[in-house]
Amino acid sequence: MTDAVYSNTGVRSQMTRIALRWLLYILLFAFALFYLAPLFVMVTTSLKSLEEIRTGDLIALPRDVTFDAWRTAWASACTGIQCEGVRPYFWNSVLIAVPAVMISTLVGAINGYVVAQWRFPGANIFFALMLFGCFIPFQVVLLPMARMLGLMGIAGTIPGLIFVHVIYGLGFTTLFFRNYYVTIPAELTKAAKVDGAGFFRIFWSIFLPLSLPIIVVTVIWQFTQIWNDFLFGVSFSQAGTQPITVALNNIVNSTTGVKEYNVDMAAAIIAGLPTLLVYVVAGKYFIRGLTAGSVKG
Amino acid sequence: MKNFAITVSAIAMLAGTAHANPEAEVLHWWTSGGEAKSVAVLQQEFADNGGTWTDMPVAGGGGDAAMQALRARVLAGNAPTAVQLKGPAIQEWYEEGVLADISAVAEAEGWADVLPASIAGHMKCDGSWCAAPVNVHRVDWIWANADVLESNGIAMPNTWEEFNAAAEKLQAAGIIPLAHGGQAWQDATVFEAVALGILGPDGFRKAFVDLDEATLTSPEMVAVFDQMRTMRGFVDPNFPGRDWNLATAMVMNGEAAFQIMGDWAKGEFLAAGKAPGEDFLCASVPGDGFLYNVDSFAMFAVDGDDKQAGQALLAELIVGQNFQKVFNLNKGSIPARTDVSLDDFDSCANLSADDMAASNEGGSLLPSYAHGMALRGAQSGAITDVVTSHFNSDMSSEDAVAQLAAAVANSM
Amino acid sequence: MSVKFLEDHLPKLMLAPSFIAMLIFVYGFIGWTAWVSLTRSRLLPKYELDGIIQYERLFASLRWDTAFSNLFIFGGLFIVIAMILGLILAIFLDQNIRSEGAIRTIYLYPMALSMIVTGTAWKWILNPGLGLEAMVRGWGFENFTFDWLVNPDMAIYTVVLAAIWQSSGFVMALFLAGLRSVDGEIIKAAQIDGIPNWRIYSAIIIPSMAPIFLSAFIVLAHLAIKSFDLVIALTGGGPGFSTDLPATYMFAMAFSRGDIGQAASSAMVMMGVVFAIVVPYLYSELRVKND
Repeated sequence: MTDAVYSNTGVRSQMTRIALRWLLYILLFAFALFYLAPLFVMVTTSLKSLEEIRTGDLIALPRDVTFDAWRTAWASACTGIQCEGVRPYFWNSVLIAVPAVMISTLVGAINGYVVAQWRFPGANIFFALMLFGCFIPFQVVLLPMARMLGLMGIAGTIPGLIFVHVIYGLGFTTLFFRNYYVTIPAELTKAAKVDGAGFFRIFWSIFLPLSLPIIVVTVIWQFTQIWNDFLFGVSFSQAGTQPITVALNNIVNSTTGVKEYNVDMAAAIIAGLPTLLVYVVAGKYFIRGLTAGSVKG
Repeated sequence: MKNFAITVSAIAMLAGTAHANPEAEVLHWWTSGGEAKSVAVLQQEFADNGGTWTDMPVAGGGGDAAMQALRARVLAGNAPTAVQLKGPAIQEWYEEGVLADISAVAEAEGWADVLPASIAGHMKCDGSWCAAPVNVHRVDWIWANADVLESNGIAMPNTWEEFNAAAEKLQAAGIIPLAHGGQAWQDATVFEAVALGILGPDGFRKAFVDLDEATLTSPEMVAVFDQMRTMRGFVDPNFPGRDWNLATAMVMNGEAAFQIMGDWAKGEFLAAGKAPGEDFLCASVPGDGFLYNVDSFAMFAVDGDDKQAGQALLAELIVGQNFQKVFNLNKGSIPARTDVSLDDFDSCANLSADDMAASNEGGSLLPSYAHGMALRGAQSGAITDVVTSHFNSDMSSEDAVAQLAAAVANSM
Repeated sequence: MSVKFLEDHLPKLMLAPSFIAMLIFVYGFIGWTAWVSLTRSRLLPKYELDGIIQYERLFASLRWDTAFSNLFIFGGLFIVIAMILGLILAIFLDQNIRSEGAIRTIYLYPMALSMIVTGTAWKWILNPGLGLEAMVRGWGFENFTFDWLVNPDMAIYTVVLAAIWQSSGFVMALFLAGLRSVDGEIIKAAQIDGIPNWRIYSAIIIPSMAPIFLSAFIVLAHLAIKSFDLVIALTGGGPGFSTDLPATYMFAMAFSRGDIGQAASSAMVMMGVVFAIVVPYLYSELRVKND
């Protein structure tokens, strides 16, 4: 009797658990749809012909799949009088983003290391000032920065753009590394100092090897920010140094021209591919890096 | 001192054309389709004359992004050689002391004789020439689907009353009377078309060129906002944020009957294989006058013989017969100079050119406020804020007029 | 002596370049903006001081009123909803989900794309005539209405929606990382004691993640204040100027209207808001660390 009751509730709770499990998966699936919807619209549109877009439903599946728009966007869409697609601008973006990410990450690592492990009077104030700098709206700095770049003789050049991205990336990179390095016991540094290791020695042989997770986080963050930047790219470039976001904008934002939505969408996806790729490939390490302590404020 | 420098550079420019290698970095926002093809024509001519063209395209927001890039470049002391600039912005930049003088070219080419006086006025700074006009877009056009009008027994309206009557009839037949995109500049485009009809050319000039307070707060201005409120009833509910070309598509496929838009809309019709006069109709909006939107290039003060030679060559080519013709055939506008043969142009362009000549004589050739030809940015922006806010809310016309005066005063 | 000096001061020397750069490029530029906000600068900056006229103009502007109050509506909703959603999704994903990696990537990818890229797609989806509303009506639900995008009173919420779409996955990642770093022993002990799962979350795990809430808040607040592309791509500030934000207001004044003094004054008010948000955070953060 009692046994039967037991097994009965056991079955019931088992059923509830399965039902809940199903509900959980349905919810997760619904959210996945929500997150994928814009990407779905972009991909399907990029695979349609212009004729079909004009006459059909904007968010329907393509009737005839064509990759013409992709070819056009990559190699022959007009971004001005040059009709070479986004390809040349793609390489400009690479030339800007790669050094800027590397430099800002390295400097951020050293800053974080000093602030977290080599406490000196004023270190906290330095960090506070740095963090506040993360919040400065970039529209504010455009005009004075233009003047400074002119004075420094790097206006309109790729080094100029790298410089700007490094400067305004430092706040976040310092924040990331500092928050990561505070969780490493200060005794480690002290012991190393007693053993006679110097500032750089400790950094290279103790801290850097421990830093892979946070380096991944920082690189992903910085790469996304810099690759997707439009404001600095459009203000501080000149002919020949414009990044891909400017080219994309030139394709998408025609005022009085005929809009080719399929090419727009293909160009948009191409422009987003490198960052997408980074998220897909390094996403796992991203969570791992965050878990490893960077988020502990 | 400044004048001396300008004279020297003008001489250098003239001398430069003889032996220097003309080069130009050109900042513009014509980046796609017909626009880009049109600029490519200029680049080709420039190259044929031994010039080296460096393209610096920045699209977006009707030139906002390009103006942002321009400010950064000027502040960095790295100004582009030639920049697409228009309207009073040319004089604003001149006042900052950064424009070059191209009078030498203008006088040698006799621009004063071939350009309508009011358009030439935009190209001059303190009496000297500082910009070269490319085209004339007419802004106060009304476009219509020919079949829809015919099957509903409607003619192109000649007064706003006729327009309202036609719109009500269409609405009863289940057709959207007015295809419109709810973006601030499109609201302003419709507004100035209505204002031109109701205020008349003189009233328009007083209100949107002179910013005469009495006109801005007059009962006629209240009537303009009343008509805007009526127009609001003629657009479909999904209009906010719609791009103008999607509105044009609505007219094309018969979903809507009319659109009020500049003549770049013609390019959309033509690209879809529609013929003017058969599939779609063009007419000026009810009322007298002609609102123009003239694209032009201003030359910035730069060092170097090659660049200055480039500026002179560019200015000469831009206003040249051939470029004016080829460019405007591509772009849907009409040439700024009045002595270009229009035989190859379509009926809408010919109508535009005839009206321009007539209104030039009648003194009703007026700058478009909505497209930055009549006022400086701060003032035209302030007016547009009120216009778009009225059109997108249930604000009363009296309130709108009061806000208009206040906003204009606050923008000074 | 000099070697000793170098050794003692090396850490500070290493910070010096960043410190100097920051003084010039952040604080110097803020000072520059403050100065310009007190001038009558139009097309290009001018430096003759002219009192607080720009602030008077700013506070007389109806458009600024809208933009400024939108910052709080948008920022408040965005931060709160993105945090709640991120936390819920993180807890969901923490239940030994099959193919967690793929789902995580799907939730996270919007952060990788800029709004210039996704804006048009969002515009279509949210447009009643083209997107979701038309689709659901097509399925036979004739009365379904979703017209926020074209409704001046509701359009700001579509901006919130798109912003949440973009950032909530990132917040999810932060919280997921937090959940994973909670000490497993404590949870096991609680489970053995028969404490229900929801109690374990609400009483043990979530309270232990307080620092993550702060980090998430800082990241989201920074995104909210800088939101610009989002509005430009989605609504262009419309209908009317009902979805204007301070950043778009500032941009319009500085670049399309040639009214740099006005733009500078709006920037200073924004900086004031940032200051009011960040300083308390810094205070609590750094005080705790000094204990």
